[in-house]
Amino acid sequence: MRGIAAIVAGVLMLATSAMAAPGPVFKSQAIELPPDAAIFPDGPNVKVVTQNCLACHSADMVLDQPLLPRATWAAEVTKMRNVYKAPITDADAALIVDYLAATHAPP
Amino acid sequence: MSAPSRRALLAQAGSMLALASAPALAAPGPDFAFPGGNGARPLAKDFPQKGSMVLQRSRPPLLETPFTDFDSGVFTPNEKFFVRWHWSMIPTEIDPVSFRLKVHGQVERELSLSLSELAQFERVEIAAVNQCSGNSRGFFEPRVAGAQWGNGGMGNARWSGVRLRDVLDKAGVKSGAVAARFSGLDQPSVSEGPSFKKSLNIDRARQPEVIIAYAMNGKPLPLLNGYPIRLVVPGWYSTYWMKMLSDIELLDAPDDNYWMKTAYLIPDTPRADIKPGQAGVTMVPINRMVPRSFITNLGAGAKLKARSATTIRGLAMGGDCGVAKVEVSADGGQTWIDAKLGRDEGPYSFRQWTTRMPMSDSGNAVLAARCTNTKGEVQPDAANWNASGFMRNVIERLPVTVI
Repeated sequence: MRGIAAIVAGVLMLATSAMAAPGPVFKSQAIELPPDAAIFPDGPNVKVVTQNCLACHSADMVLDQPLLPRATWAAEVTKMRNVYKAPITDADAALIVDYLAATHAPP
Repeated sequence: MSAPSRRALLAQAGSMLALASAPALAAPGPDFAFPGGNGARPLAKDFPQKGSMVLQRSRPPLLETPFTDFDSGVFTPNEKFFVRWHWSMIPTEIDPVSFRLKVHGQVERELSLSLSELAQFERVEIAAVNQCSGNSRGFFEPRVAGAQWGNGGMGNARWSGVRLRDVLDKAGVKSGAVAARFSGLDQPSVSEGPSFKKSLNIDRARQPEVIIAYAMNGKPLPLLNGYPIRLVVPGWYSTYWMKMLSDIELLDAPDDNYWMKTAYLIPDTPRADIKPGQAGVTMVPINRMVPRSFITNLGAGAKLKARSATTIRGLAMGGDCGVAKVEVSADGGQTWIDAKLGRDEGPYSFRQWTTRMPMSDSGNAVLAARCTNTKGEVQPDAANWNASGFMRNVIERLPVTVI
């Protein structure tokens, strides 16, 4: 029934649009994306965090998260490495987790 | 550990340049008052083809519609429509002459369609809400990681394009095809990373309301919303609405790629609701949307006149069907009155509603809106919870002051 209703609705919309809307016009589009709005605030290993994390995403992706416990941050860093294949070394991963636990975890 | 890919290094070089230059223009924006805080966000005015947007993330862009914009009507203006990308390698230039949509896999005839060839198929239009699976995630309690959306990770547009089914028929889907897999022009910023691909089973893909859209609200799509074409899957969450759609692959087995098998899964329970830490939950790919409603003409803390009627107005959506009823309460949900529904733009659209609410004596009051869809589903009193922060649809409550 819903499928039929959708078809009927589609035909009705088609009837109204045929008069109003011309065919699609495609023009070249070029945009420029703005620079990152946020940086990682000071904290232990902030340089390592900046060098690794900003390769794929801006700092606000991290800074906008709720305060998360160290184990959750460790899981997030592991996901970035294992799932999204971020080329982060074992040593850097540990330093990144330390930064996140020090700056963005519940007291 | 593999060496950083060329792409990753390029992206890193880009970000370093970005750091060295002036920070993006950002003005103070809303504070979403998320549980536990950290809900203040700036407004960004410097994203191309977009107006003032709540900046959730610069890169990959994650832009939320400021909630007051939803009061302007049932359709969300293109320049105010939310933006969400998974990977930062987004083409910043599209040549519509050389652009091709490929259809391949389990088909009789592979297609490589130019945009002008695509426009030869019958044109259809449909009004439909596009809502992020994780819209409103910031309100989850306990909080969960992910894009910390307020309620503005959604929008409604009148989409114009061609039926996916018609394109599939042109290619001739073989009898062994079970799913259609969609991908776009964005790429992982690490070459080994999983490309963003999503699938619909073949029956869903062939439903007539599923379209390949080349226009929204009568205009070309903004590039950040998927120019030149995107998939529109009315009634389902936007994870399936592939932007910059460039490739459709017909599969002879269910899709086991990361974005279908591991990401965007929900508990197979009513309203995708589980208890934190609950074990033994069967997970399934997220799919249909559920009813929601929002007050749009008043904000939290609004001051309303005592012992008089006040106009309350908002938007509702049925999910994957129409809106049957919207009720409004001024006592936190103890008593309800029916709102008057606005013009029906179709079952997948927002529906505007309005009512005149008699306010009581002065003091604090809690307004609420509740949608019932045409399948009889009602928004619940209690919020659902799952570890990914998906499918929130609890009755929204708005504290106001009556004076």
